[in-house]
Amino acid sequence: MADGHLAGSGAGELETHDFDVVVIGAGGAGLRAAVEAKDRGLRTALVCKSLLGKAHTVMAEGGAAAAMGNVWPEDSWQVHFRDTMRGGKMLNNWRMAQLHAQEAPDRIYELERWGALFDRTKDGKILQRDFGGHRYARLAHVGDRTGLELIRTLQQRAVAQGIEVFMECKILRLLKDGEGRVSAAVGYWRPTGGFVAFTAKAFVLATGSVGKSWKYTSNSWESTGDGHAMALWAGADMIDMECVQFHPTGMVWPLSVRGILVTEGVRGDGGVLRNSEGRRFMFDYIPAMFAAETADSEAEGDRWYDDHINNRRPPELLPRDEVARSINSEVKAGRGSPHGGVFLDIASRRSAEYIRRRLPSMYHQFKELAGVDITAEPMEVGPTCHYIMGGIRVEADTAASTVPGLFACGEVAGGMHGSNRLGGNSLSDLLVFGRRAGMAASDYAEGRTGSPAIDRAEAQAVVAEALAPFGRDGGESPYDVHRDLQETMQALVGIIRTESELRQAAEELDKLGERADRVAVSGGRAYNPGWNLATDLPSMLTVSRLVATGALERRESRGGHTRDDYPKPDPEFGKVNLVQRLDDQGRFTVTPEPLLQMPPELAALFEEPAAGTTAAPGKEGH
Amino acid sequence: MADVTMRVWRGDSSGGQFADYTMPAVEGEVVLDVVHRIQAGPAPDLACRWNCKAGKCGSCSAEINGMPRLMCMTRMDELPTHEPIVVAPMKTFPIIRDLVTDVSFNYVMARQLPPLKPKAPEPDGTYRMQQVDVERGQEFRKCIECFLCQNVCHVIRDHEENKPSYAGPRMFIRYMELESHPLDTNDRLELLRQRMGIGLCNITKCCTEVCPEHIKITDNAIIPLKERVVSSSYDPIAWLGRKILRRTKRSAGEAAQDAPAFTAPTSEDRLERQAVPVAVAPATAGGTPGAPAPSAPDVPPTAPAADA
Repeated sequence: MADGHLAGSGAGELETHDFDVVVIGAGGAGLRAAVEAKDRGLRTALVCKSLLGKAHTVMAEGGAAAAMGNVWPEDSWQVHFRDTMRGGKMLNNWRMAQLHAQEAPDRIYELERWGALFDRTKDGKILQRDFGGHRYARLAHVGDRTGLELIRTLQQRAVAQGIEVFMECKILRLLKDGEGRVSAAVGYWRPTGGFVAFTAKAFVLATGSVGKSWKYTSNSWESTGDGHAMALWAGADMIDMECVQFHPTGMVWPLSVRGILVTEGVRGDGGVLRNSEGRRFMFDYIPAMFAAETADSEAEGDRWYDDHINNRRPPELLPRDEVARSINSEVKAGRGSPHGGVFLDIASRRSAEYIRRRLPSMYHQFKELAGVDITAEPMEVGPTCHYIMGGIRVEADTAASTVPGLFACGEVAGGMHGSNRLGGNSLSDLLVFGRRAGMAASDYAEGRTGSPAIDRAEAQAVVAEALAPFGRDGGESPYDVHRDLQETMQALVGIIRTESELRQAAEELDKLGERADRVAVSGGRAYNPGWNLATDLPSMLTVSRLVATGALERRESRGGHTRDDYPKPDPEFGKVNLVQRLDDQGRFTVTPEPLLQMPPELAALFEEPAAGTTAAPGKEGH
Repeated sequence: MADVTMRVWRGDSSGGQFADYTMPAVEGEVVLDVVHRIQAGPAPDLACRWNCKAGKCGSCSAEINGMPRLMCMTRMDELPTHEPIVVAPMKTFPIIRDLVTDVSFNYVMARQLPPLKPKAPEPDGTYRMQQVDVERGQEFRKCIECFLCQNVCHVIRDHEENKPSYAGPRMFIRYMELESHPLDTNDRLELLRQRMGIGLCNITKCCTEVCPEHIKITDNAIIPLKERVVSSSYDPIAWLGRKILRRTKRSAGEAAQDAPAFTAPTSEDRLERQAVPVAVAPATAGGTPGAPAPSAPDVPPTAPAADA
């Protein structure tokens, strides 16, 4: 084992560790990738910014989508695939959507073998719940704390395997060898501030989301887009970064909890959205694409919960982009709730006992944080920055990025969800592609010749850059720059976008970049959140630029990208991914590149109104 | 609204003291919000752990006015504001800095747990379980690992010497979860008795009282485990039952063989190492490119045998 210290000539030492596979990020995707690599017998490390088991996956509530057919035997991978592609407005990497739909059930059953305890059907199978955009009840779940179940199961599996976990370690940069292969990652221990490098034959990025660039977000402090930024800096292609999901239902009051997620399970279990006039306004916003399969009366929508075959789904369960935009429109039209959201009402529709059993953590969350009893009164909710569909361009089967030795899975990877992700598809995504990334990284590591080396000068430059804020006198606080970045992104690159604002955002981001280069921090290096934030700013700014650049370039509205000045989808933009990369001078470039071509047998699934389902007579779409 | 004064413990393993920060009060805030405003203002280097800010990740445990709580779920308007609100780190674990403690003890104990050994699946390769049978384990799987139960447990709070041989309430609910798991075939009772210190708990229920997930730790996990351990060791009927069911009782040593911690030093040894105070280079040392690289932690890395 090549663990040890890199000797330096009078330049101190850099703690280094060598592995076959290093996985960066220990949410569901990273854990699943590490479990796979370790199962293959490779020397595997898992590196994470927080303690193990605290990653943002714990926040996932509703469930993991998998066409197991336990509740509706009519379900199949083809229907799941079709739902996913349509939810993503056909911008998805079709091969990823196919693999995801085909493999998700096995990944769920595998969790059960590892100890997960999902809720059950009457005949003892894994129970599945309804969610937006899914034709059938498809989400395996544990009440409304499915993410916790998933991360705990994977964490306990990883611990049982003896995977080496490097906790509270922030990775700053990836370094490549002379042949352009990623060979090392440089970062620091948050508890001590000591620097550390990992060398490995293959790296898997599983760093999750980017939400911390926005003011109102469901994401934790960790979601600073480190993986997105590090991949771009290492030369990787990024795709469709403009596609950001604003979850329709975040808390809006009190202000301190604004943005915290309210699970879509509330609507899946019968909750409805109302405006200040008490109207179920979603019936006014049914888009043509989903009209054939959406109820047009409250009575039909209500019947659907018990009979999916002869009724169509209520419009509250349209894909998230549709619901978020509709809420936004209602608030803009002056029909919002007192604190600038709309009402989400399950109290008048289900018994208190049912609500507490099905949605225990929502009950708890509103009771404790907002003083609202959701079994007796409606919640106030509004859109919150939740997820990025865009990300590192990967090869579907292997999760390989365009840089040799670098793999990506989970939210940091792009393509799977197109321009809009369906609820429940993220937990299954990270299982399916976490495993595939672990497999492919293992293959790559086994085939790679020579020992990965680290370039000392490059590593020292990374260290020096990270330490620079300590040496500045009178610089600005990183917290101020972060706050202004969040205000900028919220105001100018939010849920509804327009050219003038996006151009303004680009200018503001340049200024923020200059300010970030001048931030100063006080105190020592050991567990210093001010310094930690200063080292997160470069990633957040890079990701913000990617999103703003893509948003300006995509002159249409599609999924999680809505342009006020181009309110309709444009078929020409529907044929391309917007690929962003750095050119030789380190400038951002954006290039439209054609989508992968879907094979005819899969394309045929979209020609029928609802493939793979039994049609009820006289009702198109069923 | 009036101002609030937060009296926050500042320091590291070498010592420290409380510092007062007076901040404007803001409606609807929780303690963690005010800590964040202190970071963004007067004390940018104030260390605290947090992630989800919604009571789901269990990162921001602290002792607020002496009560072990999650900072993100403690509303300011439920605390008396006429006197300073005292925020201190958990006492049972070594200090890293300010409100951040070294909780690696819990990860070390987790590693000593023999994992689930599932029985054979149904012919179709999957399992059938009834809701009523999974609900028992589900109660324990609600645990968010905030470690507040470990923090208040007298067996280790005031007795550092008990730590190596005491798993603590968090791990006891994990043992009980597996004990009641419909698929598990492993037997960990002797391990619990001999090495995990189940007998040391004297059922004061402090753990149950502080659990933010309202898990009935004492009644539903610790007491049943104590009973099972006793009958497994001394009850002739249990002995007969094992004979009939052909379940071999496993010794502590045999059970431990399944757990990675008993076979190889791994991850959390490194976490422990991180908690060792490291000589921090002066703040200006690395200020310019080409300046000396920082010093490495002063304890050499352990060679992880498990990955060889």
